Amino acid sequence: MSRADALPAEGSHAGRTPGPLWSLGLFRSELVITLRRWRTLALLGVLAVVPVLVGIAVKIETRGGSSVGHRGGDGPAFISQVTNNGLFLVFAALAATLPFFLPMAVGVIAGDSIAGEANAGTLRYLLVAPAGRTRLLLAKYTTTLVFCLLAALVVAVSALAVGALLFPLGDLTTISGTRISLADGLGRALLIALVVAASLVGVAALGLFVSTLTGSGIAAMATTVGLLITVQILDQIPQLDALGPYFFSHYWLSFADLMRDPVQWDDLQRNLGLQALYAAVFGSAAWARFAGKDITA
Amino acid sequence: MGPVSAAETEVGGVDDPVIHTRALTKRYRGGQLAVDALDLSVPAGSVFGFLGPNGSGKTTTIRMLMGLIEPTSGAARLLGHPMPRAARTVLPQVGALIEGPALYGFLSGRDNLLRYDAADPTADPRTRRARVAAALQRVGLTAAAGKKARAYSLGMKQRLGLASALLQPRRLLVLDEPTNGLDPQGMREIRALIRELAADGTTVFLSSHLLDEIEQVCSHAAVMAQGRLVVQGPVAELAARARGRLVVTTPDTSEAARVLKEQGVADVVVTEEQVSGEPPEREPAELNAALVASGVRVRGFGVERASLEDAFVALTGEGFDVAG
Ligand SMILES: Nc1ncnc2c1ncn2[C@@H]1O[C@H](COP(=O)(O)OP(=O)(O)OP(=O)(O)O)[C@@H](O)[C@H]1O
Ligand SMILES: [Mg+2]
Repeated sequence: MSRADALPAEGSHAGRTPGPLWSLGLFRSELVITLRRWRTLALLGVLAVVPVLVGIAVKIETRGGSSVGHRGGDGPAFISQVTNNGLFLVFAALAATLPFFLPMAVGVIAGDSIAGEANAGTLRYLLVAPAGRTRLLLAKYTTTLVFCLLAALVVAVSALAVGALLFPLGDLTTISGTRISLADGLGRALLIALVVAASLVGVAALGLFVSTLTGSGIAAMATTVGLLITVQILDQIPQLDALGPYFFSHYWLSFADLMRDPVQWDDLQRNLGLQALYAAVFGSAAWARFAGKDITA
Repeated sequence: MGPVSAAETEVGGVDDPVIHTRALTKRYRGGQLAVDALDLSVPAGSVFGFLGPNGSGKTTTIRMLMGLIEPTSGAARLLGHPMPRAARTVLPQVGALIEGPALYGFLSGRDNLLRYDAADPTADPRTRRARVAAALQRVGLTAAAGKKARAYSLGMKQRLGLASALLQPRRLLVLDEPTNGLDPQGMREIRALIRELAADGTTVFLSSHLLDEIEQVCSHAAVMAQGRLVVQGPVAELAARARGRLVVTTPDTSEAARVLKEQGVADVVVTEEQVSGEPPEREPAELNAALVASGVRVRGFGVERASLEDAFVALTGEGFDVAG
């Protein structure tokens, strides 16, 4: 039996102070719990399947020796290159999932983060534990960011595996027409996965904020995903061009610039700056809302 | 009300009440005044029963005490510190069960407790497993610890909720209807557990509808009605406020009723074999003598001890109906 058990109610509890890594325990618990949810695994599973479908589709379409590119370059970027080099399936799969599947998955996790706990009533017990509102919010947001990274990596790794299985691997040609080695290509693939993960930081903050507004996990998830779709539609409307650069999805596909030689950083930087702005604005809004909220659920 | 008096002298800094509220008021956003100028004082070492009909503001008070909701006005102090400002220093010393348990259905009972323990920044991760096991043992859930909480019965969930309040040694336990959903055996066990904890010096604040439960375990009680505090004090005093009823068992009920009224007994009620009423301030034996003198065949004669329920009805002037 531990020391804490053996002691009577007196004295032992009075001097307890938070350890130096006071936030780490909660963050770890948060991460483990998120990954043990059936929903999280299903989302990651769907993300892992997308590259498989894309890979098989490309394989079938090009079985007669024709190239996908013949149809005039529509469809996701990079797809025409996949038959020459399986590594391009990584870029194609990320380009295919970034507009919807990836941010939707992040929206579900972020939207559920606080609202789901409120819905289940577990939020009140976390708060009286006491998790601390700021600390809990930080743990939730960090966990969502880890999920962003994990989701992007799942797509990338699945695509790499499928690409290697169905297509040849080797040196590759950049968008600029230069040739780089396979090792260099793999490095860029990893970098692109990281940039794609970072592109989701804004959606994650938005979802977290929405999550503090309602006591229903489903409502928060639906709202976040709804906002995601709305923003993407608005971004397509020419009359709203002036607003375009402020939509979180505006620079998402800039990750393709990493496949130029030399790399063009302008849009990449704008993307990362915009994500940081969203994280700051909606992170603060979530904090302001959650710190003073009445928890009655 | 014996078990607690011994503990009362042990705890350090006893003179400060463990819970102290001043004009604590909560008006929900809908405009509902749920708690109205509550002045509550819970002495250290007591087992304090917090009584009131549905919707009288018990849970709302507890939410304010635990810093879950902000009071509209007034102040609450927990263990001498202001809430919700001192939540981080105070709450690790407080175990709570608020409005029933809330669990992660997809986790086992044990993992639920590990999760809640990880949320407490003062909890030592090295002793976590041992403390969780001890808490499970304490509520009798060791055998079901590996089962998914989703598959728990209501009573098992309630026990797991209690276990989460017992993960650390606590100075105060706040239990909102802890025996809700438990079978009679479970209720007895929980009561025994509460007595045991109280004997260790833990102050227990217990909300309940069940008057006899309060009467059995509590040293002190407060009664709420429609958000207002009706009365608070030691249970013995509260019960003493309601006088017992005189009960006469006799086949000659109508004659007995006439005589008793004559003798100044108020609120005379005649049932099949019994006549009861509120005794006047005089020796009951005289009443008996008067009955016998009038030829009433008295088979039983006595004053029924007042229960807390009588006290409650006397205090609130009503039964346990929900006020709108
Ligand atoms: N979240 C809320 N929003 C608005 N009104 C509320 C809320 N929660 C409770 N109330 C109202 O506040 C009053 C007190 O409710 P509370 O839950 O504190 O009662 P209670 O004494 O705990 O009742 P019970 O014995 O049924 O648990 C009730 O009239 C209720 O309708
Ligand atoms: Mg209640």
